[in-house]
Amino acid sequence: MNIPMSFYIILSLIMFFCGIYGFITRKNLIAMLMSLELILNAVNINFAVFNRFLFPGQMEGMFFTLFIIGVAAAETALAIAIIINVFRSADKIEADELKKMKY
Amino acid sequence: MDTNLLIALIILLIPAFNFLLLGLCGVKLSHKAAGIIGTTGLGIATILSYVSAFNYFLGYGKVDGVYKALSGSFQWLAFSDTLHIDLGLYLDPISIMMLVVISTVSFMVHLYSNGYMHGERGFQRYYAFLSLFTFSMLGLVVATNIFQMYIFWELVGVSSYLLIGFYYTKASAVLAAKKAFIVTRFADLGMLLGILVLSYYTDTFDFDILNSTGFQEGLKSVGATFMGASVFTWATALIFIGGAGKSAMLPLHIWLPDAMEGPTPVSALIHAATMVVAGVYLVARLFPFYFNITPEVLTGIAYIGALTSLYAAVVACAQTDIKRVLAFSTISQIAYMMVALGVSKLGGHDGLGYMASMFHLFTHAFFKACLFLCAGAVIHTIGSNEMDKMGNLRKYMPITHITFLIACLAIAGIPPFSGFFSKDEILVAAFEDDKILFFCQWFVAGLTAFYMFRLYYGIFWGENKNYGEHTPHEAPLNMTLPLIILAALTCVTGFLPFSELVTSDGAAFEIHTEWIVAIPSVLVGVCGIAVATLMYKSKSTVPDKITNSIKGFYVAAKNRFYFDEVYMFVTKKIIFKAICAPIAWFDRHIIDGFMDFQAWWSNALSYRIRGFQSGSLQTYIGVFITSILVISAIIIAYVFI
Repeated sequence: MNIPMSFYIILSLIMFFCGIYGFITRKNLIAMLMSLELILNAVNINFAVFNRFLFPGQMEGMFFTLFIIGVAAAETALAIAIIINVFRSADKIEADELKKMKY
Repeated sequence: MDTNLLIALIILLIPAFNFLLLGLCGVKLSHKAAGIIGTTGLGIATILSYVSAFNYFLGYGKVDGVYKALSGSFQWLAFSDTLHIDLGLYLDPISIMMLVVISTVSFMVHLYSNGYMHGERGFQRYYAFLSLFTFSMLGLVVATNIFQMYIFWELVGVSSYLLIGFYYTKASAVLAAKKAFIVTRFADLGMLLGILVLSYYTDTFDFDILNSTGFQEGLKSVGATFMGASVFTWATALIFIGGAGKSAMLPLHIWLPDAMEGPTPVSALIHAATMVVAGVYLVARLFPFYFNITPEVLTGIAYIGALTSLYAAVVACAQTDIKRVLAFSTISQIAYMMVALGVSKLGGHDGLGYMASMFHLFTHAFFKACLFLCAGAVIHTIGSNEMDKMGNLRKYMPITHITFLIACLAIAGIPPFSGFFSKDEILVAAFEDDKILFFCQWFVAGLTAFYMFRLYYGIFWGENKNYGEHTPHEAPLNMTLPLIILAALTCVTGFLPFSELVTSDGAAFEIHTEWIVAIPSVLVGVCGIAVATLMYKSKSTVPDKITNSIKGFYVAAKNRFYFDEVYMFVTKKIIFKAICAPIAWFDRHIIDGFMDFQAWWSNALSYRIRGFQSGSLQTYIGVFITSILVISAIIIAYVFI
């Protein structure tokens, strides 16, 4: 069974805009973080697919994907730490209520 | 360094050190300690100045029968190879004489102030300022060049300002201090311009070079003129404006009567004996230059002097505040010295006016200081400056009475007191040069005798006034002692052989009494005294009758011929309105307005855009994503279409 490349790209596009939509509409910082992961994974699919279909003899896209997964894990840990600290000091994690940085 | 210069330097440094000590640590010292430090320091300086005068006049100063100047200086600021400002000491007959005058009078005033200022708030500050003044004045007279003189000239002005405004809680004192400073500063602007013009064309500041005959011959070839007069005429006239400001010549005299708001010993020191003669000293210092290069300015000085002395003498007759009478008499006497310089010539007996001027400066310093200090003793015990609050004080204050009488006789020109000798020399010099000036000064001599004895009778004769329970009493010893010393000096200084010591070219000459001048001058003095005796010794209606018969003139004289009003009119109505107000408008609206506009628009703009910084994360991301999409769309459209 041979799935054409455009299917993968459409999937990644849907995932990406789901992520964007979630990031903009969800007020909870944790949910925003999850949306961010969705965006990153959409990008990962793109990398893997382009590597697989356009440059089959090479592995750079795959490696880049692995790098992004590693960096995303670290970034998530950091973000969770920041969110926990924000929660401790402000007692809430709703993004629209955290407006101390305003002008 | 030469020992004699070293002594002069020490004389200068003692008051400077005292100023720093009393100024910086004064608050920690008791009143008594501050007084003792100031007085002792000045006492030492006085002794040293006598030593240096003795050494100079009887020792090293005289070379081949002519007094030579001794100077030492170091270069401070160089403009070019020839034009540089030096700082140094310049000892010649007039500067040595001034050292003696300043240190003596200053010492007397320091001593006297222990009593007069007893218990005043700011006693230490007062002594610090006195020391500052003494230092600046001593520095002024020993300056080697005109720029150094100018520096000390301004320092003297500052210390005068500080001391006039000593009672700074009193509004009138503050106003008087401001007035004195502004008027003299305004005149000093003229002096600075004069110095700049002079140094530009002569390429030197040095008194020694300016006054040397060879150098002056070289200047004859400078033909530069400005508005029809040679640049040197302009320069010397402008320098004289500075001198006229300090020496209260017409029409820059208005600050001196108001300066009487300061403590009376200050008036004695600064506004009678030393600082106000700085203008005379300046002209005397540059006298050979004035005489050889710009004699026409010297003639002008003589006429301004004559006019001022006449004006001040007339005004003095109508004043009732005793310190103001003395202030106007000071103006009149300084103008006398100016006249003497103006009619003088250079060298030998022709330089009689120069010598007479310096002689009068010398004698006047002592008897005028004595008069002021006596007035201070009277004011101290009465508590008022007004003559009609005083009367019959000779019963209560015998020492003050006698010393005041001696000084009055001296200023009236009665022999054998010192004023007679110096005033007589001035009249002789005027007589030999210009008869108009002679008659003017002769008439002023009579007026002087009249108003001084009007003052004398007003204070010490007549009947008791309402003194209340506080009967007048003689001043304490530290106040009467300076009076006695100054009165003694007034008696003896006339006999100094001045023509052998201080002359225009350093060479001694013989003076002989000109009976044709001496007799009328004594007669007019006696007449003045006699008229004053008739009118004021006992209560009579004559003065009122006379003032009523010339009422308009009397009121004008009492109001000092409305000089202050004219000044106020010119400054407030003309200069402020026509010049200052438009300039202020331009500054406020055009210059400031431009800057304000810049601030206004950036402020307004920032108010508009500050909403972008909302702090809400989602808005940021929305903007960010939208922008990315728009930019991508643009790029894609650009690349593919």
